[in-house]
Amino acid sequence: MRTVIFRSIAPYLTSLMVLFSIFVLLRGHNLPGGGFIGGLIAASALAIYGIACGVAPVRRAIHFHPMAISAFGLFLGAGAGVLSVFASVPFMTGLWTYPTLFGVELALSSVLVFDIGVYLVVVGAIASIALALEERDRD
Amino acid sequence: MAGKTAGLEDLSVAYVTEPVAAADWLIVAPVALCLLVGSVLLMLRKDTRLQPLIAIPALMVLSAMTLGLLWHVLANGTVTMTMGRWLPPFGISFTVDPLSAFFAATSSLVALAAGVYGRSDIDHSGRRYGFYPFLLLIMAGVIGAFLTGDVFNLYVWFEVLLISSFGLLVLGSERGQLDGGVKYAFLNLVATTLFLIATGYLYGLFGTLNMADIAVKASELRGTAPLMTLVTLFLLAFAMKAAAFPVNFWLPASYHTPRLVVSALFAGLLTKVGIYALLRVLGMLFPIEREELSFIIAIAAALTMVLGVMGALAQNDIRRALGFLVVSGIGVMMAGLALGSPAGFSGAIFYAAHSMVVMTALYFAIGIGVSLGGNFRLSEAGGLYARNAMLAFVTLMLFLSVSGLPPFSGFWPKVMLVKASLDIGAWWLAAAILVTGLLTTITVGRIWALAYWRPAGEGAASAAAGSAPGSAAGSAPAGAIAALFGLVALSVAAGVWPEPVLVLSQDAARGLIDPSAYVLSVFPGEAAQ
Repeated sequence: MRTVIFRSIAPYLTSLMVLFSIFVLLRGHNLPGGGFIGGLIAASALAIYGIACGVAPVRRAIHFHPMAISAFGLFLGAGAGVLSVFASVPFMTGLWTYPTLFGVELALSSVLVFDIGVYLVVVGAIASIALALEERDRD
Repeated sequence: MAGKTAGLEDLSVAYVTEPVAAADWLIVAPVALCLLVGSVLLMLRKDTRLQPLIAIPALMVLSAMTLGLLWHVLANGTVTMTMGRWLPPFGISFTVDPLSAFFAATSSLVALAAGVYGRSDIDHSGRRYGFYPFLLLIMAGVIGAFLTGDVFNLYVWFEVLLISSFGLLVLGSERGQLDGGVKYAFLNLVATTLFLIATGYLYGLFGTLNMADIAVKASELRGTAPLMTLVTLFLLAFAMKAAAFPVNFWLPASYHTPRLVVSALFAGLLTKVGIYALLRVLGMLFPIEREELSFIIAIAAALTMVLGVMGALAQNDIRRALGFLVVSGIGVMMAGLALGSPAGFSGAIFYAAHSMVVMTALYFAIGIGVSLGGNFRLSEAGGLYARNAMLAFVTLMLFLSVSGLPPFSGFWPKVMLVKASLDIGAWWLAAAILVTGLLTTITVGRIWALAYWRPAGEGAASAAAGSAPGSAAGSAPAGAIAALFGLVALSVAAGVWPEPVLVLSQDAARGLIDPSAYVLSVFPGEAAQ
């Protein structure tokens, strides 16, 4: 798979896909999309990068071990649920806040934190499997 | 975006509007704690020194939480929290009755013991593989399964504990472990698939997955819906999880391969989650269908206990023998399920709690024995009594407990079950329990006589044993001894002073037979109808 065309395109394709995955993640609350599908797109972006340029550059690029990324996602997900203890509502209740930044009203919620957690869990878990398989393929 | 709810006047049609009392947070706190600490440990996987320092205090907090939850439930009756504030049956409820709280508390104490024991049993490479994160995550699954009040959510927690158990099973990736792991994974996936099919079928019939809702609607649907098929599917799926005959073969094939503390944890907790699900779904939700199936369950129970112990009698590897004893104990609990009377259920519940503690402790005792210079193979073992009389004595206590002799914790539930089966004239079931007790005594007596009482060096292959790894006489780590003694103390306390446990299991059994408190806790308005 190490053709010149693929190797030169892959980094751009990967960055586009990661950007798109974040877009899908953020639009997911009321429109089709969300953490899970966004995570899948990001994980396939990493897989493409790995196929084109080898696994070591991917591991360098994401800096953290994929399992640590997915653990952080799990932490965010569970933490978003625990936030509701401060509002004395049941676990996992969506909490909303509407700060105004630069004149734009921004809807932030614990649901978003949870969704980012799902995104990271999926990215970490799938990337961990994909990278392990690609590594095995090489030797 | 549409988060503002200005257009909706009356939130109480969709939301639980009462604020949550602080004590009710105990319902969800154990699971949240396990997930949070498990994920932190996973992030710190490389720091093997720090792992037990975080995990063991967290397991202590977990035990405190579940004991607090048990106290809360006993003081205030069944409690419910519905996730995300949505009104049940649309939100997923966690409903904790005495049965859930009792099992959650017992299992978290067992997990604490396993965490302490694991400090010495799991080396640094095992910790890098993630023993402690998996331990916390498997506890999230086990406790979630005990606490949830939703059938699909129960399935999810089964998956959580199953995935963590795969990780624990192949810790170290040795050949035998992978072999055992494949058998375990495949047969458990079959069981999980059956469970999922049954859950889909249940949803198709009832249009709800909330257990309290199902308990209410079952009587209306009984005339028209094919509930028998549904319940038989659930029985098969959960019996497979619980390792009941004839679907028990995955357990003896895999439980002797992983690290000892992992075997101990699995033997203590995993099959009991299957028993819990059987009690909850068959015992509480579908009592009429359970009654119809009770003869089949009773036969499966009798065969499980007798064939299980006969399997144990035939083994040369002590760990394999213990695996078969776990199966045999499942048969005793199934007998309680088959009886279906208050005495039967409470006997099964008491026995399940006893089995969680004692089976784990037995694996610990055998593991400490091996680290003192014993051997897993009976033909080569010997001389442990001479090396450490205290350990031999404690192990003998556990052996007597598992065979159901007084004054240890295995005695009382067996008495209850024998009496309950004689009460309804099922003499053959009572006979099966008693014969199992006798055979278990012979099995454990054989192990004790060969591995402990027999002087070292008289074994058939003692010359070979001299060079085998692990046969060098070492000293047992203090943490492992403490974990063992803690569990033995629980077993002895429940045997000598069974009254609180008896009352608790009778309470739990009452909650299963008459689910009105359970339903009322989820649907406070239902009382008027």
